[in-house]
Amino acid sequence: MSAAQTGTSKKRALFESSIVRRAAVDSLKKLNPALMAKNPVMFVVEVGSVVTTILLLLPHGAHQFGFNLQITLWLWFTVLFANFAEAMAEGRGKAQADALRKAKSETTAYKLKSNGEIEEVASSHLRVNDKVQVIAGQMIPGDGEVIEGVASVDESAITGESAPVIREAGGDRSAVTGGTRVLSDRIVVKITANPGETFLDRMIALVEGAERQKTPNEIALNILLAGLTIIFLLAVVTLEPFAVYSGAPQTAFVLISLLVCLIPTTIGGLLSAIGIAGMDRLVQHNVLAVSGRAVEAAGDVNTLLLDKTGTITLGNRQASEFLTAAGVTSEELADAAQLSSLPDETPEGRSIVVLAKEQYGLRGRELANLNVEYIPFSALTRMSGIDMEGRSIRKGAADAIDNYLKQNGDGSGRGIPDEVRATVDKVARQGGTPLVVAENGRALGVIHLKDIVKGGMKERFEQLRAMGIKTIMITGDNPLTAAAIAREAGVDDFLAEAKPKDKMDLIRREQAQGKLVAMTGDGTNDAPALAQADVGVAMNSGTQAAKEAGNMVDLDSNPTKLIEIVGIGKQLLMTRGALTTFSIANDVAKYFAIIPAMFMVVFPQLAVINIMHLRSPESAILSAVIFNALIIVALIPLALRGVAYRPMSAAALLRRNLWVYGMGGIIAPFIGIKAIDMVIAAIHLV
Amino acid sequence: MNINGILQIVVYLAVLLLLVKPLGLYMARVYEGENVVINRALGPFERLIYRIAGVNPDEGMTWKTYAVAVLVFSLISGLVVYALQRLQAGLPLNPAGMSAVSPDLAFNTAVSFMTNTNWQNYGGETTLSYLTQMLALTTQNFVSAAVGMAVLMAVIRGFRARSSQTLGNFWVDLVRGTMYILLPLSIILAVALVSQGVVQTVADYKTVPVLQATTYQVPHLDAAGQAVKDASGNPVMDTIALTQTTIALGPAASQIAIKQLGTNGGGFFNANSAHPLENPTAFSNFLELLAILLIPAALCYTFGRMVGDTRQGWAILIVMTLLLTPFIVLAYSAESNGNPRLTALGVDQTSSAIQSGGNMEGKEARFGVANSALWAVTTTAASNGSVNAMHDSLTPLGGLAPLAMLSLAEVVFGGVGCGLYGMFIFVIIAVFVAGLMVGRTPEYLGKKIESYEMKMASLCFLILPLMALDATALAVVLDVGKASVFNPGPHGFSEVLYAFMSQADNNGSAFGGLGGNTVFYNLLGGVVMLFGRFWMMIPPLAIAGSMARKKVVPPSAGTLPTHNALFIVWLIAIIVIVGALTFFPALALGPIVEHLMMIQ
Repeated sequence: MSAAQTGTSKKRALFESSIVRRAAVDSLKKLNPALMAKNPVMFVVEVGSVVTTILLLLPHGAHQFGFNLQITLWLWFTVLFANFAEAMAEGRGKAQADALRKAKSETTAYKLKSNGEIEEVASSHLRVNDKVQVIAGQMIPGDGEVIEGVASVDESAITGESAPVIREAGGDRSAVTGGTRVLSDRIVVKITANPGETFLDRMIALVEGAERQKTPNEIALNILLAGLTIIFLLAVVTLEPFAVYSGAPQTAFVLISLLVCLIPTTIGGLLSAIGIAGMDRLVQHNVLAVSGRAVEAAGDVNTLLLDKTGTITLGNRQASEFLTAAGVTSEELADAAQLSSLPDETPEGRSIVVLAKEQYGLRGRELANLNVEYIPFSALTRMSGIDMEGRSIRKGAADAIDNYLKQNGDGSGRGIPDEVRATVDKVARQGGTPLVVAENGRALGVIHLKDIVKGGMKERFEQLRAMGIKTIMITGDNPLTAAAIAREAGVDDFLAEAKPKDKMDLIRREQAQGKLVAMTGDGTNDAPALAQADVGVAMNSGTQAAKEAGNMVDLDSNPTKLIEIVGIGKQLLMTRGALTTFSIANDVAKYFAIIPAMFMVVFPQLAVINIMHLRSPESAILSAVIFNALIIVALIPLALRGVAYRPMSAAALLRRNLWVYGMGGIIAPFIGIKAIDMVIAAIHLV
Repeated sequence: MNINGILQIVVYLAVLLLLVKPLGLYMARVYEGENVVINRALGPFERLIYRIAGVNPDEGMTWKTYAVAVLVFSLISGLVVYALQRLQAGLPLNPAGMSAVSPDLAFNTAVSFMTNTNWQNYGGETTLSYLTQMLALTTQNFVSAAVGMAVLMAVIRGFRARSSQTLGNFWVDLVRGTMYILLPLSIILAVALVSQGVVQTVADYKTVPVLQATTYQVPHLDAAGQAVKDASGNPVMDTIALTQTTIALGPAASQIAIKQLGTNGGGFFNANSAHPLENPTAFSNFLELLAILLIPAALCYTFGRMVGDTRQGWAILIVMTLLLTPFIVLAYSAESNGNPRLTALGVDQTSSAIQSGGNMEGKEARFGVANSALWAVTTTAASNGSVNAMHDSLTPLGGLAPLAMLSLAEVVFGGVGCGLYGMFIFVIIAVFVAGLMVGRTPEYLGKKIESYEMKMASLCFLILPLMALDATALAVVLDVGKASVFNPGPHGFSEVLYAFMSQADNNGSAFGGLGGNTVFYNLLGGVVMLFGRFWMMIPPLAIAGSMARKKVVPPSAGTLPTHNALFIVWLIAIIVIVGALTFFPALALGPIVEHLMMIQ
């Protein structure tokens, strides 16, 4: 299956025609009052639409029939447009779910019985702790853990990434997902999820929004919107007695129009679409969250715990410098270092070869011709090297070489000379890893292995700081090295020589101060911390335990993505806030349109308030209602994409959004209503 | 407008703001139980009160216990005021021989005073005995104000608490607020007022000869009360010579001091602070004006100090001041411009050396346009409700200003205590929406604003429209309501709207022109005042209870600052928009259309 067909293909056009068609149908189905009642604002609009429809059908509905009919139609459109927005957001998820379902087809599993025999069963009959064998070309029948063997697996059905990944027993790459395909070799998998509870099932439910629950902030906002709706209901219901007293009784059509224009239909209509689209954006970043709550929490995060290796620095250290001992030339040191590293296939070793080549033009030599014996690195000696005719080269950690020199040196029993040791300390202080090179019992100098901070990290940490988020680097390095890298990368703090328990303690400490903590992890020993963190992002490549402990899974297994997740969380809240402000600000213009229209008959003096110079009372009211309906449609793309988000301080963000959505919200309807009024006048609608 | 008037307003605001810090600091120390000098003298007495009442002053109350204490205390207060009015005929200190107050009026008055509203459907000097004035009303002027301040303290403690359950002790807050804040300030003010000629006596009303004797005629009535007609059918008239008049007196200064300081507003005399014995001079007027806003303004500083960040208090004070000032300017300019219809008739309304100019109808010559406009706006901003000019006679825009202050839900200074906790409701809404706009769960003073807080805040901002609009709607459709409206058209509408907004806000000032002492208005008004007070009081306490339990999130760059200019502007916008959106239609049918008709 190619990435384009999969559920998590990166880009999907905003208005894909198949989704639009399905959404159009769904928006009619959503008129069901039982469903509408969940959204108090739009429910009021629907009730208003029903009332006007009934009044229209009553015998004396003939008075001003054309105007009343148009009002009624536009009220229904208002409801439908809001439903359409929600259906669009859901439709995008459904399309993804459909693609995922294809991967979930029934397969045959080869279950290993306790006596070692293989039994063919349907994948739907597998239960937790069953063991299955999967060989090249077969589909993995369910979520589980590799307990035997190693295999390359195509996980594109889940991740959209077509390059195969290695899955092996033991370690942190043991988790496999049902619906992915083994490309080579044979593995035995212990099933860890019953059918219906698998990762794929959860993912489908998630992108479909089937189990979508309102998030805490959404509930709070809904309460505010319901409160505003009640206020406007009171204002409009009591307006009729006031109008009667003033000698200007109003029709139900006009009053309902006023009510629908005033209640926050823009945000009310788009609220659930915003929530669904927020989850959808996360899925498009190949991140699965178990709940919307986690996404919101991501926006609130105060502290980010980032593993140094792979997140802040490139996975491997690289040689950056040759620092010679007294009386040794750089070329000598480079030559020895390169020679000793030629058979060394580790990234560090290769980087030494490359550095020697780049700085001193030393070309890699074919060692086979040189009768070389390679001494590989071992945990015991903690050094590697080569022995060849007349030359015995070793490189390794300072204390390892020191020991080596004391025993196999020039017989004096001396270790590393002081000046070399000083160099070693200097490198360590700078955050590097010093490797001492010795040849024939003499220390030649030091190779400076450096952690390479990923490009652009410093800027990202600065952005995070501007947003008020503290970054803490977690590393197993000693404090000296950790401090140097922390400084270079620009993180706020670091935890050196970190053991899993230290991480846990750090999270608890931050949380005790009222802070929300986010972290990534992949290993089984990360699981407790992932569970403790407010936002725990597990790597898809990690263990099953890690995936279950966290509340998000990153299918790309990219630890840096935590920063994007925070952005998505913030964007979700901002979109809600911006549209709420916009919606309420809109009311100012609507009052200026509708109030003079209602009372100009009795009080012609109120024409002064008709600052838009709308043509007639009917046209004014109709324009306001049409604007109110169309603005929902106009803002669907914004609701689905989210408002533009750039990391900056809260004060700066507020200023910007107040200008755009507050000021914009006041001004836009004046222009919009006036324009619609001109169109109505031009085509003689009323 | 002239420079003299502007200067008076500027001096007023300057003096007010200068007093904020010292008084605010003092009040913070009182409520924190710190040493404030006079507690050395009064401390034993304070402790004696606790011992008699069986109160343990160190016992903290949860928000629910606190709320119950407030409600029980208020209920008892209301019952006492009701009983004293009904029984005053048989009680001492009744030199004018006042009879028992009717049940509906007694209910309205009891509710009015226990809720710190001081709406008066009666004239004090023609209805109440000295005992009722002093024991029922003056006492309530103190304690109902102290209740408002006590609740505010509980709310503030909720904001600053760290994972706590309790909000302080209501009885202690009540006693300290009365004893160390309201009483001393009232004594100082009362003495100052007496020096200006405000009356303070329990002597009988005085009968004095009038300066210019006059005569007038009334129809001669027969035994059945019918006008007697002479042979030609004209009524027979009796000529009455007026040579003397009765001057109502009483222990006025003490009640006036607390009526101004405690945002009560219930006048000793029917004419309130327009009465020469209640507010005789320009200086007494200045003092009384100052007393209207003094405590509400200073409480902002108290709040800032108690939460350990005075910037938060100043920010709210700035919001209040910025909301107040434009309406003072509006009222002053509208009143200065006078009535164009009169100008058209050749009446000179310009301000000059020999006349103050502007609309002088319903105003006292010793106060003039500037001080009357200033009073009208401040008394409706704070939920004071005393008047020194007749609001019914204000120009339409001049009347719009106090109505607008009422529509802002009495959070611009507002009543003592309740103004600030009402303001917190708007702060919470402002913080919530702004917090969403910066992409973060909103927090105020480090406490997260979640759905529970929003629920309570929504309940609060519903109450003013619910009460004021519904009651007005009832009054203008029902015949019993319309019967009391003396003026037709938009002006009559403004009168009814004002009456119920004033009662829902616990303000208590009246526009006038409305015959309020009917069973309908007494009962409906009483209900409106009850809900306006206690529905507005319980949710902030509930919020405080919930906030107290929360952890404090340390501020960072991602935290929305709630003390800077941007937030101040945003909070103002929220208050104005909520108020305007709720009341614009009603205001359009009242003062706005009246103004447009006048200038046409």
